Amino acid sequence: MNLQPPVVKVENVVKQFGRFAALRGVTAEFEGGRFHVILGDNGAGKTTLLRALAGLAHPTRGAVSILGKTPHEACRDLGYMAHPSLLYDEMSGIENLRYFASLYDIPGDDRCREVIRAVGLDPELARPVGKYSQGMRQRMSLARAILHDPKILLLDEPFSNVDVHSAREMVALLAGMRDAGKTIFVVTHQAALLEGAADEFLWMENGQIVDRTRDLSTHSTYPEPA
Amino acid sequence: MKKAFPILAGLTAIFLAYAFYQAMFVAPTDFAQGDVYRIIYYHVPSAWTAFLLFFINFLASVQYLANAKPSWRRAVNWVVVLLGIVGFIAPFVPQVRAQLPTGMYPSSVATTALILVGLYFLIARFFPEQNVDLLAVTTAEVGVVFCTIVLITGPIWARPVWGIWWAPGDIRLTSTLVLWLIYVSYLVLRRFSDSAQTQKLAAVLAVFGALDVPLVYFSIWFFRTQHPQPVIGGGGSMDPRMLHTLLISWMAFLCFAYLICWSRFQLERLRREVEEAEALESLLETPSSSAQISKARVPLSRGPQ
Amino acid sequence: MNLFWSIMLATLAKDIRLEWRSKDALNAMLFFSLLVVVIFVFSFDPLAEESRHIVGGLVWVAFLFAAVVALNQTWARELRNQVLDAYRVSPAPATALFVAKVLGNFLFVSVLEALMTPLFVIFYNLHVLGPAWQLIPVALLGTWALVVNGTFFAAMSLRTRSRELMLPLLLFPVSIPAVLGMVAATTSILTGENPAHFYIVLLLTYDVVFTTACIGLFDTVLQAE
Repeated sequence: MNLQPPVVKVENVVKQFGRFAALRGVTAEFEGGRFHVILGDNGAGKTTLLRALAGLAHPTRGAVSILGKTPHEACRDLGYMAHPSLLYDEMSGIENLRYFASLYDIPGDDRCREVIRAVGLDPELARPVGKYSQGMRQRMSLARAILHDPKILLLDEPFSNVDVHSAREMVALLAGMRDAGKTIFVVTHQAALLEGAADEFLWMENGQIVDRTRDLSTHSTYPEPA
Repeated sequence: MKKAFPILAGLTAIFLAYAFYQAMFVAPTDFAQGDVYRIIYYHVPSAWTAFLLFFINFLASVQYLANAKPSWRRAVNWVVVLLGIVGFIAPFVPQVRAQLPTGMYPSSVATTALILVGLYFLIARFFPEQNVDLLAVTTAEVGVVFCTIVLITGPIWARPVWGIWWAPGDIRLTSTLVLWLIYVSYLVLRRFSDSAQTQKLAAVLAVFGALDVPLVYFSIWFFRTQHPQPVIGGGGSMDPRMLHTLLISWMAFLCFAYLICWSRFQLERLRREVEEAEALESLLETPSSSAQISKARVPLSRGPQ
Repeated sequence: MNLFWSIMLATLAKDIRLEWRSKDALNAMLFFSLLVVVIFVFSFDPLAEESRHIVGGLVWVAFLFAAVVALNQTWARELRNQVLDAYRVSPAPATALFVAKVLGNFLFVSVLEALMTPLFVIFYNLHVLGPAWQLIPVALLGTWALVVNGTFFAAMSLRTRSRELMLPLLLFPVSIPAVLGMVAATTSILTGENPAHFYIVLLLTYDVVFTTACIGLFDTVLQAE
């Protein structure tokens, strides 16, 4: 187990969209080198929290600190993946990654090919990403997120609509990355998939973290929605 | 101010009535235009008021953007001071003095420069943080109203006197039209924007508009030198009694504008306070998620999750 | 600095590649430009004596409308699949993205103009009476003026309702001095009646002022949620 000092700190973060509060004063610290899974119903604030960590959503109040810096300053150490693919449909996988590699100042093709292979896809595939199956698209999106070898991964519903086989492979890949010292955050509805790999499960409800456990089975059953 | 409001409103009404009396009865009839010219006492003060309000909006927008970081704040402050110094000294420099229109004294230009700089720092002093955005929204809205008055009274004046409703080369009227368009688009942006940073985007637009205005002025000015056009506003010097009435009218308009701005400012401030209170309330309670979602205003790029 | 250029060029290359691959949209835009010219030809009699005086205006209004339709498309590509988020999360500077988009739009709109101009020349039997070479700086500076502000306001419109409507609403008022400059310059050159120098200087000033403003303020617009 790689125990490191807290790399992600969320201090009383409030995020409001008009009258709706997506995050209501979330405070938490997350250790490095761990695999954290965020669970909760729709509307609980999971995606908003992840976007706040990525620097895509600016908190109305409170602060997020990643490795002691703002998310924007720490962007080289962050890898983000969301439910939309964040890829260009008309280009092939390798072309997409080549472009994003240029944004991170990564020269050459080698790294791009390496990550495409790491997620279990063929770098030579010339098919445009728009024609991929959902599983392939999620995997390529993950490849884009890990392209620059970030210390912290933020993944929003990476397994949605993905076949079980691909999903298990992705989980194994992520577990391997955690073992190598990366900090991983996954928002998902499929808790069972991550049972063996994850270090910690967080439950969110109505914009707050209501529970944190190491073991899925110790969490009491969800309160029924009112 | 709240207590003083009815008194000030009453005084302003009296002042406006006095200005009306002056404009309609006391001011002498124009030799060339007859009584029609009296619309000038509404046309010109509206224009000056609108320009003043838009200028305040520009200052407020710049401050709003500069407030984002302390270093930017300091930098902008220094730039303003520098501009003030240049504006104060420049009119006295012989080359610049020669460029000034006849009748405009260097000292008045210099004083104006100082007043404008002073205005900037007054706004900074009395409208901290969020209030500066309230000032921006208020001056934009009230400015558009006065600008509309200018654009309506302009053609009404032009038609009987010069036989035309509009002359594209009329530099003042056309510049006013462009200014009106820019600020209407500003208000539309504020209304249509879903972003959490609407205020910043609007401030950016105001800066763009301010950069545009001198360019508009010069482009029409040169166009006119190549294509001589009738000048609707009339130039040259004015009978001192007319000028006197004009200034009275302007003062009355300024009082009126101040009252409206104050009301609008308070209205907007209260509206925002209510919104914040409601948001705070929703923060503290824990209603069922479905009820919250149905009440939410879902932003464009990302729904709440 | 090198990083800026490499990101800018990579983004430009990517945009050109994407534009080339979605040839449908490109062809539709070209056809739209043709239609605009034809509508103008039917609306404004080409045989009239004064046609040379108004063609300058017609040409630039036609370019303006084609540009607005084109500009709306360029950012739409970044919104599909939320790719813009990937850019925002990366360390790449916002200005590199902006300059790349402006250059891409400039090329695209220039292609449209290159199609429409010969059509105007043919339909209106245009002979240039003034110094024809001056049309080149006018075309370049004028197109840049429309495109630089257009790209900026299109990005601003991303966060609004009625996105396609907001772009012309924001762009047209601010573009008025540039449009006046372009049209007056073109008319001056076509009719040979007046020198166009001041208008070219006006366009140059406009371009410098607003390119600086756009580059300075684009980061604020990009980071708006």
